[in-house]
Amino acid sequence: MEVSSGNLGTTRVLRVQGRLDHSHAKDFEAVLAPHLVACTAAGTPLVLDFSDVVYISSVGLRVLLLAAKQVKAQHGRIAIAALTPIVTEVFQVSHFNLVLSVYPDVTSAAAGLAP
Amino acid sequence: MKLHCWGTRGSIPVSLTAPDVRAKIVRALEGAQGRDLAVPGAMAAYVDGLGFDVAGTFGGHSSCLQIETDGDEHIILDLGTGVRPLGAHMIEKYGADKPQTYHVFLSHLHWDHIMGLPFFTPVYIPGNRIIVHSCHPHAEFALRRQQAEPSFPVRFDHFSADFTFDTVTPGQPFEVDGTRVIAHAQRHAGESYGWRFERGGKSLVYSTDSEHRLEDEEERAGFIRLFRDADVVVFDAMYSLADAISVKADWGHSSNIVGVELCQAAHVRRLLMFHHEPAYSDSQIAKVLEETRRFEQITRDGHVLEVLSAWDGLELNL
Repeated sequence: MEVSSGNLGTTRVLRVQGRLDHSHAKDFEAVLAPHLVACTAAGTPLVLDFSDVVYISSVGLRVLLLAAKQVKAQHGRIAIAALTPIVTEVFQVSHFNLVLSVYPDVTSAAAGLAP
Repeated sequence: MKLHCWGTRGSIPVSLTAPDVRAKIVRALEGAQGRDLAVPGAMAAYVDGLGFDVAGTFGGHSSCLQIETDGDEHIILDLGTGVRPLGAHMIEKYGADKPQTYHVFLSHLHWDHIMGLPFFTPVYIPGNRIIVHSCHPHAEFALRRQQAEPSFPVRFDHFSADFTFDTVTPGQPFEVDGTRVIAHAQRHAGESYGWRFERGGKSLVYSTDSEHRLEDEEERAGFIRLFRDADVVVFDAMYSLADAISVKADWGHSSNIVGVELCQAAHVRRLLMFHHEPAYSDSQIAKVLEETRRFEQITRDGHVLEVLSAWDGLELNL
């Protein structure tokens, strides 16, 4: 699992690669933490680019849920973008597509998070 | 061993309503349009080809399962309302004049898991033995209390069968009529316990009313040990994962996703989803089954896990 960061306009984009399973969820949570702190009402919107995430398990989904909860409490904005077909199905079966903001690509996610 | 499901619904018993039955009939008739059903056998073949949610029902009795073995004594898992038809079946099969021994294993003492006992006819027949195995030291109190005034007209003391209460220590295996049994502590309000049964090279795990903390590696490892290579795991799949860890966190139940993941990690042969959400229709339970089978397919790593959804009346040969 690897995470690289960049910006698209005023939006912070984290590109996540690999598997978010029991072996990698804690690392993902640690990498994500500092970016969540900055994701406040007056701070930087955050998009997680999942185009290279090949699989996400329940523990990986839990990290996303905790992130979304934290950001919501801070009145910030966060979205997940560009799910692969497999990860899309995992989101649907787990009903995470109903509780997280999901966009087809990074550009539309950044636009969706714009104030 | 053979598993017989008598009650598979979670939290509270439910039943089909007149609108539910009407909707099934309408769907069946709509599907029959344009078909030639006049040929002998065509109508039955058509009905058999309908989905289980249309032609059948998952049922509404609360938790009660039976493990049939080649032994002389009987194994019952929980005393939900499904134990009433189980009792009638036993009377019909063995007669009222042949004393039987029933080993009851309780997951916990919540009402939906004990409320069927006053309607289990064998308790009113002298000579029958009922041995209640539970990790809860208050099991006898709970069963007596639900029949105390003013909750029920027949007091526990009016039962004619001989009752014994066996308080079990989790993690310490023991034998019942040739079946090896071990209990495992689970996360649920007031504590619940899963049970693993082994006999003749076959194994079954009953793990209901159990919430899983995904971040707890030790807990996860414990369940993988409990489930390891089991032929069947009966699993509390009441909620979606999103609900189980957000709005329904701490409600004491699990999800289809966690069931698949644990069973895959433990190389289980069959996952039997159980303790269905009482608000779910047959169509919703069938949809959960379809989605869970797909989830198992896309996450499969060599080992094939058969995914089933429990229904009142289902029999599974191990």
